[in-house]
Amino acid sequence: MTSVSTAAARKPVRWGRVALHLGCLAALLVMLYPLAWLLATSLKPADEVIASLDLLPSHLEWSNYETAFDGVNDVSVWRLLSNSLLIAGGAVLGNVISCSLAAYAFARLRFRFRGPMFAFMIATIMLPHHAILIPQYIIFNKLGMVNTYWPLILPKFLATEAFFVFLIVQFMRGLPRELEEAARIDGCGPFRSFFQIVLPLTRPALITTAIFTFIWTWNDFFTQLIYLFDPDKFTLTLALRSFVDASSQSAFGPMFAMSVIALLPIVLFFLAFQRFLVEGMASSGLKG
Amino acid sequence: MTTTAIPTGEKRATAPTTKRRTKRERQGAAWVFLSPWVLGASVLTLLPMAVSLYLSFTDYNLFDPPHWVGLRNYTQMFTEDPRYWRSVTTTLMYVVIAVPLQLALALVVALALKSMKRGKAFYRSAFYAPSLLGASMSIALVWRAVFNDGGTVDNLFGTGGWVNRPGWALLAVALLTVWQFGAPMVIFLAGLQQIPAELYEAAAVDGAGTWRQFLSVTVPMLSPVLFFNLVLQTIQAFQVFTPAFAVSAGKGGPADSTLVYTMYLYDRGFVASHMGYASAMAWVLLLVIGVVTAVLFRTSRSWVFYASEGDR
Repeated sequence: MTSVSTAAARKPVRWGRVALHLGCLAALLVMLYPLAWLLATSLKPADEVIASLDLLPSHLEWSNYETAFDGVNDVSVWRLLSNSLLIAGGAVLGNVISCSLAAYAFARLRFRFRGPMFAFMIATIMLPHHAILIPQYIIFNKLGMVNTYWPLILPKFLATEAFFVFLIVQFMRGLPRELEEAARIDGCGPFRSFFQIVLPLTRPALITTAIFTFIWTWNDFFTQLIYLFDPDKFTLTLALRSFVDASSQSAFGPMFAMSVIALLPIVLFFLAFQRFLVEGMASSGLKG
Repeated sequence: MTTTAIPTGEKRATAPTTKRRTKRERQGAAWVFLSPWVLGASVLTLLPMAVSLYLSFTDYNLFDPPHWVGLRNYTQMFTEDPRYWRSVTTTLMYVVIAVPLQLALALVVALALKSMKRGKAFYRSAFYAPSLLGASMSIALVWRAVFNDGGTVDNLFGTGGWVNRPGWALLAVALLTVWQFGAPMVIFLAGLQQIPAELYEAAAVDGAGTWRQFLSVTVPMLSPVLFFNLVLQTIQAFQVFTPAFAVSAGKGGPADSTLVYTMYLYDRGFVASHMGYASAMAWVLLLVIGVVTAVLFRTSRSWVFYASEGDR
């Protein structure tokens, strides 16, 4: 008792701070509610999904997940999952390679029309996707690539996501030039200088690019909706969309079980890389 | 290493040619590094922009060759298509509701976290998480169920399902965007931490209270970041699609109350196969976003404060 009171006398409780933490925790609870709801509903028996007001199910209905694993339109979840992974993986590889190449040229090399080209690259960050969507669709249609994964992966190998080029340019500009100058005196050309000196140092920006590309591609809906028709080529996002049209409430459990499966990779990515994500976000102003 | 071995006389003689050669080499190297971007920017950005401008003056259904109709798509859009105007007002309402609410919440939370010693990193990550998860179809479906008849919001407030009521469905869509306030919050927080503590100390010495310090130090010092967030979120809000699609089961209902601009564009182009009309819509969107951005930049001169010329 006495020790507590002396401690309190020495360091008075700051009620402002306590209120701040309580406020933040309350806000967090409200914000996390949709996630808790999702998890709980994915484990609810069919008759409790809407009828019961309780967040927690009376018993855990694992069969929702069994049904979800059977998939949609006779396509198993494993197939949908690997389709999503293939597209996201291809996009990550494409963005990291093509954006870092372009960024090195813009950040370190001199060439004709550098200024106007850089300005154009920056301007495309603001360009609404819809202004180029239809002709892109026509091009891929003429190439016979509609209903394949090419329209989703190929553009990433051509540095079309200017945001990442800009992000990497900004990072490379911060690296000390002396390293490359010293290497040049030792007879190192731009290619070796890029691969052996600049690229290893750019790793934080490349990791940020990779993580955001993965999450955005995984979450993407519009492009997949336009380009993919065959149910066995569907991604998890598109399969979930099939539920949107005809979701009878009896299918609620399995539908949200599948939603959980679709969300899991992002949650794991977030938990593993949250430091990188938040810092990358703060330093570059990337969207969510 | 070898250069040092060469006597100075010889070095001086060879220097200009080597220099010119390496310069040409470097130019060539630059184009090699740049080639994927050049290809992408010309074939997948510049060319499509020109083509979509051309198509906007045609009737085109993807199968028959485009048929030139002059300004008819535009006149039809502006004078004969009530659904077009419906999509315009819906999008504007969405932008006006979602962007200020999202930014205000982001700023309030960033201010709360700023001076926090313990738990800041935790809260920062936790509030940021919805910004990544919220863009997914999974969460959009949760939103639809929670705001539906018999969903949580109905039970709490007895308002019925928002999703089925024309006046309320768009608000549900907007709230999904507001829920993702973590992204601008993180940027605000980074901006707040750049403000030198001496400014606050000086203001306090001059007798400024908390509110006065906020108005005279925080707001002007934070204005470039506020402006950045405002431009970014506004441009993105004009292009909203997935939440409106999911909340309205892909139909833009009830009574077209969630038919946002991009959804109507998708409907005209990819459902009804009026690619010319959709292209005209895309160009109007491009121009509107351009004009809004330009106006924001213009007005920014009067309220955005740059501490020094070297700053952003």
